[in-house]
Amino acid sequence: MRLSLLILLLWLIAALAGVVLPLRPDEIDLEQLFAPPTGGDAWLGRDELGRSLGARLLDGAGISLLVASVTVLISAALGTLIGALAGYLGGWWDRVISRLIEVFLAFPGLLLAIALAAFLGPGIDNVIMALSVMGWVGYARLARNQVLSLRQREHVLAAVALGRRTPDVIRLHLLPLMLAPLLVEASYGIASAVIAEAGLSFLGLGVQPPQASWGAMIREGVRYLLVAPHLVLVPGAALSLVVLAANLFGDGLRDRLDVTSRNRR
Amino acid sequence: MQRLFDTALVLFGVVTLVFFLSAVIPGDPVDVMLGEHASSADREALRSAMGLDRPLHIRWADYLSGLLRGDLGTSLVRSRPVADLIAERLPATLSMALAAFVVILLIALPMGLLAAHFKGGPVDRAAAVFALLGQSIPNFWLGPLLVLLFSIRLGWLPVSGNESPAAILLPAITLGTSLAAVSMRMLRASLLEVLSQDYVRTARAKGVSRLKAILWHALPNALLPVVTLLGLQLGALLSGAVITEVVFAWPGIGSLLIDAIRQRDYPLIQGVVLVIAVAYVLINLLTDLLVRRLDPRIAAAEGDRP
Repeated sequence: MRLSLLILLLWLIAALAGVVLPLRPDEIDLEQLFAPPTGGDAWLGRDELGRSLGARLLDGAGISLLVASVTVLISAALGTLIGALAGYLGGWWDRVISRLIEVFLAFPGLLLAIALAAFLGPGIDNVIMALSVMGWVGYARLARNQVLSLRQREHVLAAVALGRRTPDVIRLHLLPLMLAPLLVEASYGIASAVIAEAGLSFLGLGVQPPQASWGAMIREGVRYLLVAPHLVLVPGAALSLVVLAANLFGDGLRDRLDVTSRNRR
Repeated sequence: MQRLFDTALVLFGVVTLVFFLSAVIPGDPVDVMLGEHASSADREALRSAMGLDRPLHIRWADYLSGLLRGDLGTSLVRSRPVADLIAERLPATLSMALAAFVVILLIALPMGLLAAHFKGGPVDRAAAVFALLGQSIPNFWLGPLLVLLFSIRLGWLPVSGNESPAAILLPAITLGTSLAAVSMRMLRASLLEVLSQDYVRTARAKGVSRLKAILWHALPNALLPVVTLLGLQLGALLSGAVITEVVFAWPGIGSLLIDAIRQRDYPLIQGVVLVIAVAYVLINLLTDLLVRRLDPRIAAAEGDRP
């Protein structure tokens, strides 16, 4: 838990450093193509255009943090709202929304995001949109199941009997009890959003050049695997560390908050 | 019966969703086909020839009735039926997915058994670390790492393509490892749960060794949730194949999809996405039916006879 927090904190600092420091991730230095990580003037070496890998890594940290946090915020808010409404209202609402959830779950893994990104076109905002359309389902399913089991609790029945309006009941009486499992889901959500953003960028569907993204850096680096493996090793290690930390953080959070009903895809 | 009806409904939803993807395109396919400098008269002519000037719900009905006849539309770029293009590439993807599935079984079954047998020991901890790494390292990094080690450093295996039979090894390992990590954890948890049940304790009390109790008494029951998970993973293999095929330049439907996206060949994109999603739904249905056969308790609980 501590180690994972430390790595996530480093990720945040790297993202901020990419914005604050006067780095030039796009600066080309043709004299120093493929400079190795050690010994050269640039930290972590230089890529096929002589751009500093360190600067691009920090730039990519910002992109992945931005995409992951916005995606998780949007999909958690949207999914929780839809799922909670389905569970609370029941009847036809529940049946229609449950079917909708099933249809979205019928798309395995990244497939829906790839398809959406393909039709929307590349760009950060489209990546966020595609990942949110893919991501809301998990929260919706979780929130629906939670509300179904919570709404028979006496304090909820009392609030309804006292004439509280539906949005207030959900916000004041149900949401606080659902928060723990939703937080756990969200930290796993960070891990999958980081992987998904990098995956889309690796396929050329995400962030467009010259903007640096870890996935795009791996995509460009694979071509030079033979001559300069550090082009792939550096961004991949950063990516895997962040994903590992987010997964570990989720595990730690789950154990600490003692969420018994784990709901993970 | 209810299960079949549900599946049909989900399939209908999937088809509809895939169709409506085309409604979010900025501009339309005509711009792609004619380029930016075409006259507006030409655009209109092509648009009405393709039926794009008709309302969305009419086109949707057309798409549905085409699908029922096995018609997935025609590729904009290659001017050939989408169904044929996919059929040509499908065998390569299926062979890779199958090989990856074998990798999953080869890793998950022995490791899950060992981890449960040596619970809390160094083997168990090593397995847990492997599971964590397997879930955190994305395919598009694991692939190049394996190439770096086995093809470039050691020179044992080809870098990409599928000319020699050995070429399937690295893609299969790349695709299978992360999923194997999940199945392994599932098998371990499921085994440990079954091992604490009375009938296993009875067997142990009668002098059956722990290893034998695991293999003969616990494993058959512990495998049930694993079978369900493996079914889900077989479907996930098909979509995970997209990235892995790009990493290894494997000529399956995944690279077809990425080529189609690059050329903005919308009917072809829709076709591939639809085929993968439908395969996923059908595999899940088959898994469900299989688990039902293996475990009579499910049918009994629902009160109908299989």
